[in-house]
Amino acid sequence: MTAILDLSAVELRDAISRGELSAVEAARAYLAAIEKTEPQVQAFNEVHADRALGRAAQIDADRAAGKPPGPLAGVPLAVKDNLCMTHGRTTCSSKMLADFRAPYTATAVAKLEDAGAVILGKTNLDEFAMGSSTENSGFRPTRNPWDLSRVPGGSSGGSAAAVAARQCAAALGSDTGGSIRQPAAFCGIVGLKPTYGRVSRFGLVAYGSSLDQIGPLTRDVTDAALLTRAIAGHDERDSTSVPRDVPDYLASVDKPIEGLRVGLPGEFFSDALDAEIGAAIRAAAGAYESAGAKLVDVSLPHSRIDRDADGKLSSYAVACYYIVAMAEASSNLARYDGVHYGHRTAGKVEDIVELFSRSRAEGFGPEVKRRIMLGSYTLSAGYYDAYYNKALKVRRLIQNDFDRAFEACDVILAPASPTPAFRLGEKTSDPLTMYLADIYTISVNLAGLPGLTVPAALGRDGLPIGMQLIGPVFSEETLFRAARMYEQAGGVRRLTPPAMAP
Amino acid sequence: MSKTIDLDLVRHIGKLSRIALSEQEVGTFAAQLAGILEYFGKLQELDTEGVEPMAHAVQLHNVLADDVPGESLTPEQALANAPDRDGDFFKVPKVIGDSQ
Repeated sequence: MTAILDLSAVELRDAISRGELSAVEAARAYLAAIEKTEPQVQAFNEVHADRALGRAAQIDADRAAGKPPGPLAGVPLAVKDNLCMTHGRTTCSSKMLADFRAPYTATAVAKLEDAGAVILGKTNLDEFAMGSSTENSGFRPTRNPWDLSRVPGGSSGGSAAAVAARQCAAALGSDTGGSIRQPAAFCGIVGLKPTYGRVSRFGLVAYGSSLDQIGPLTRDVTDAALLTRAIAGHDERDSTSVPRDVPDYLASVDKPIEGLRVGLPGEFFSDALDAEIGAAIRAAAGAYESAGAKLVDVSLPHSRIDRDADGKLSSYAVACYYIVAMAEASSNLARYDGVHYGHRTAGKVEDIVELFSRSRAEGFGPEVKRRIMLGSYTLSAGYYDAYYNKALKVRRLIQNDFDRAFEACDVILAPASPTPAFRLGEKTSDPLTMYLADIYTISVNLAGLPGLTVPAALGRDGLPIGMQLIGPVFSEETLFRAARMYEQAGGVRRLTPPAMAP
Repeated sequence: MSKTIDLDLVRHIGKLSRIALSEQEVGTFAAQLAGILEYFGKLQELDTEGVEPMAHAVQLHNVLADDVPGESLTPEQALANAPDRDGDFFKVPKVIGDSQ
């Protein structure tokens, strides 16, 4: 049984397709792993054991009947609980949607199932994907499998922890400001935020619509290529998805890039960066150089990170991002009114406005309230130009910086987070401190670019350190190949937390 | 642009946001929102004269669909999660009250 948990998604798919392993055996192994480690990790909101076993049995029956197996045949996956599925509940880890049953399934999830994947269940997140530690979940925090006293990152913390703890072969998350890449870094796994428009957002519960993308969290780069290929593509039900062919990322992933130019933005390597993380990223840059890549200094002035007088991290991109994201959130979350679906107050109300206001007060947690309120404020008459419109202008300056940088390099190498995983409760008293955990990932969302986090090293405290590769729009193929070069050049791969080893 | 947030302003934002706030929340949010808005004020340092605002990162032209009816939710599906209903309608308290 333990050997099954050692297999990557690609290896599992191959073993099941060749008949060396049944999909039911794979599903059973993972369901047993969930049962064993879930009391400590608490990654799942809901486990769909019966349905998973039923789907696995169907895949085995199809194979026996001679049907060609799909590219994800029998691979057990987990799905972040802000992705709609008609089976079970879709809660966004919010009391507002505690009993919500979606009438449709997200395109990305449907595509995985069409490819033969077996969905094991729905994973925990910061409520409505608003947070960087999964402590904003309306239900319970998820723990980091590397150290149960630490957070897994967020908001896709449940998906990241489940992959690291070997509770699933891989998972889906969503990334609005770093919510795939930062938890992937904290949990020692691989996470991709695809180019905006690469993956359909249909069925992803909206937070910041111009920033949100769905992407994979996996154990290695090859698995990320496999899952991205499966979920990418145009969807007429998401008018922002881009009609553009999807390359076979898996077929090219092992091909090194001749003459790769790796850009290092000086603004990301100020003294604001944790010394150990800085050293790990520089070592990775050295590994690229040894593998024949050329290192290039690039500049992202509007994403610059500094420490201000009182020691707090400071960045224009963070201010820009939170203004845009909160404005979009205040509009998107207006739909939760206690009328059409979601929580309705049981208290006596005088009129419909009181019904809205009481239902929302009871259904939303504090971080969601803060973001809606700040969004309403920055969009309100008299402040629109000073905040929202100003942020949209700065957003263009941030994108222009990246455009200029990509004239000189093919990929940018950057940290994924300012520190390794922090302790539960460490940042919950001050919301602004928590926002700064996204400082290295947010500018990528503002510019619509793809960003890939891979493990860079294991740090002193035994905690994984992640690094981020950023490319121009639709350069996912380059990112996978560049990341695979690092894995092959002696980078760390398929890390397993000691406590979760079989 | 250092912005002080007084308690009345927080109550006002709560109303705009349709979120009923307890007096304790009003106090907590006033301090937190002031700190965050001060951070946002940092953008005023940047010269953005003549910069075109960017609402979306990826340029997409008008996306048009053929004007033909497609599949949609049945009334039963649309009402399945409704907190209260009356036949095929969502049920809410009286909207036009005596107090208006």
